[in-house]
Amino acid sequence: MSLRIVVCVKYVPDATGDRHFAEDRTTDREAVDGLLSELDEYAVEQALQIKEANGGEAEITVLTMGGDDAKDALRKALSMGADKAVHVNDEALHGTDVLGTSLVLAKAVEHVGYDLVVCGMASTDGTMGVLPAILAERLGTPQVTLLSEVAVADGKVTGRRDGDAASEQLEASLPAVVSVTDQSGEARYPSFKGIMAAKKKPVEALELSDLGVDASAVGLEGSWTAVDGVTERPARTAGTIVKDEGEGGKQLAEYLAGQKFI
Amino acid sequence: MAEVLVLVDHVDGAVRKPTLELLTIARRIGEPVAVHLGAGADTAASTLGEYGATRVLAADAPEFGGYLVVPKVDALEQAVEAVGPVAVLVPSSAEGKEIAARLAVRLGSGLITDAVDLEAGDDGPVATQSAFAAAFTVKSRVTNGVPVITVKPNSAAPEAASAAGAVEPLEVSFGDAAKGTKVVSRTPRESTGRPELTEAAIVVSGGRGVNGAENFHVVESLADSLGAAVGASRAAVDAGWYPHTNQVGQTGKTVSPQLYIAAGISGAIQHRAGMQTSKTIVAINKDAEAPIFDLVDYGVVGDLFQVLPQLTEEVESRKG
Ligand SMILES: Cc1cc2nc3c(=O)[nH]c(=O)nc-3n(C[C@H](O)[C@H](O)[C@H](O)COP(=O)(O)OP(=O)(O)OC[C@H]3O[C@@H](n4cnc5c(N)ncnc54)[C@H](O)[C@@H]3O)c2cc1C
Ligand SMILES: Cc1cc2nc3c(=O)[nH]c(=O)nc-3n(C[C@H](O)[C@H](O)[C@H](O)COP(=O)(O)OP(=O)(O)OC[C@H]3O[C@@H](n4cnc5c(N)ncnc54)[C@H](O)[C@@H]3O)c2cc1C
Repeated sequence: MSLRIVVCVKYVPDATGDRHFAEDRTTDREAVDGLLSELDEYAVEQALQIKEANGGEAEITVLTMGGDDAKDALRKALSMGADKAVHVNDEALHGTDVLGTSLVLAKAVEHVGYDLVVCGMASTDGTMGVLPAILAERLGTPQVTLLSEVAVADGKVTGRRDGDAASEQLEASLPAVVSVTDQSGEARYPSFKGIMAAKKKPVEALELSDLGVDASAVGLEGSWTAVDGVTERPARTAGTIVKDEGEGGKQLAEYLAGQKFI
Repeated sequence: MAEVLVLVDHVDGAVRKPTLELLTIARRIGEPVAVHLGAGADTAASTLGEYGATRVLAADAPEFGGYLVVPKVDALEQAVEAVGPVAVLVPSSAEGKEIAARLAVRLGSGLITDAVDLEAGDDGPVATQSAFAAAFTVKSRVTNGVPVITVKPNSAAPEAASAAGAVEPLEVSFGDAAKGTKVVSRTPRESTGRPELTEAAIVVSGGRGVNGAENFHVVESLADSLGAAVGASRAAVDAGWYPHTNQVGQTGKTVSPQLYIAAGISGAIQHRAGMQTSKTIVAINKDAEAPIFDLVDYGVVGDLFQVLPQLTEEVESRKG
């Protein structure tokens, strides 16, 4: 049986850049270069491994919702080995909250057709870590999330979820939504061949109307949360730096005692 | 008076500290009503009452432990229906966030995750969030439905405020989705006897500079002398020197202790994301140019294998 896998990937501002908010208090996506969220590379990697374990009998579609530049994230995922891409891009989406984003992605996943949806553990900009759970809620499929190990066989997905209190072995029937953590295994680098091949792979562009989503349900206006203010955290005041000349540990103890920690 | 639902995080009725913080925060908005799912409600109730819960809605069923997330969403949804609260507060654990998120969809509510503070406002509760590796502070608000908000550990100091804490059974019926994801087996994490990383007043972390699992005892010894939790950078975790549950940073835990000590950690943005809001920051690094020194209140440029043992000895001797 050929598996239909949809991988959700987000295009995010580079975390090592000087990230800011724009005038309207949404993420400034102009000032800092964007990239495929590193945490979604793990999702692409696991999808590729599931396909390989299934004897190549799977079709991997990478899906993103984002502006024009977000196609770079799709290209990267295609060059890693995904088969095709879907780009939901619509002016009306600017400033959409997680409920709106999940609504659009759920419609897009249904549009593509799926047995398995693979997400990252969290985006590196919004960092909510909840979108996969919401997708499962909206799609009415099992949620098998935050896996550090995942496998698909015989119409079932199994995996290990390492929580705070316990490590759990999970199992669910397909179709299902999974998310994988950065403990799931390093993502491969695109090969030269992969990069060349990616240029010829199809990218389907969709607007809200193609998905039957009303513009009033998304965007800043359609958001059910509002940001009233953003303030840059003041830089920490410069501290005391000493060089260890043999008494560094004692000097540090003196400082900690002065601060009443010891 | 308006009621605020608080989902209790507990282990068999032993209430975890973030829940007490949540009850404290909830009282700024209304009367806290605790929702206790799983065994031990009677044990938990006295603690919950002590911190201001007027009522404790309790439900226990095998589904809560046997299946992932959804049974708890069903229960919390039914608690919302029964109480009609002005807000729902959930601890910002991985599971807590997923429960809150699915609940928000069902209620048609806006969702705020990872609040680090919460105040009453004219148009409903106002949350404070940290953004972009804690470089920014954001004030946000839910504008539709009953606000569903997850709150990070250490967002408030728990304050006792005696209330009835009366246990009331909560009738729960589970929907079709509840049994979607089966928990086939569960291996509890072994207790180290040290404080919880996210709850500790002091955290001592080691990074790549620790250079081997066999060397982590220098970090642990200092932590034990200070009664601290032990953290690690991703480099140390990826190398297999320390468990992932102890990782501090973007894909590990966010900590905000009174004192954070970083040893052999360079201070990459993803590490800073998890510790930048600590009150006092101290670093030991042999490279004077390491970015971690931009954050510190006190830094020692030196070899951690010299500095940490000397500090540990000094702490021990001062204890007398
Ligand atoms: C600092 C900050 C705080 C925010 N706080 C809130 C808030 O409290 N409430 C709220 O409703 N919104 C909030 N938002 C907006 C929210 O981040 C976006 O709506 C976003 O589209 C979804 O959340 P996330 O990026 O945090 O996703 P996460 O839940 O962290 O993403 C998990 C996974 O979902 C998939 N995914 C996420 N976004 C996309 C996408 N656009 N295309 C394809 N796949 C995707 C990826 O696989 C990703 O790894 C915030 C944004 C920022 C920048
Ligand atoms: C998506 C993503 C998520 C990430 N999430 C996290 C996260 O959650 N947490 C995290 O920590 N990182 C995370 N990282 C990785 C992060 O970018 C850094 O690679 C990592 O923090 C480096 O760890 P380190 O500081 O221990 O190692 P290094 O950067 O190698 O630094 C080691 C330091 O030790 C010093 N040193 C060496 N020997 C000694 C000695 N004997 N005495 C004193 N000092 C010594 C060196 O001078 C150096 O400064 C993430 C990266 C990505 C892309």
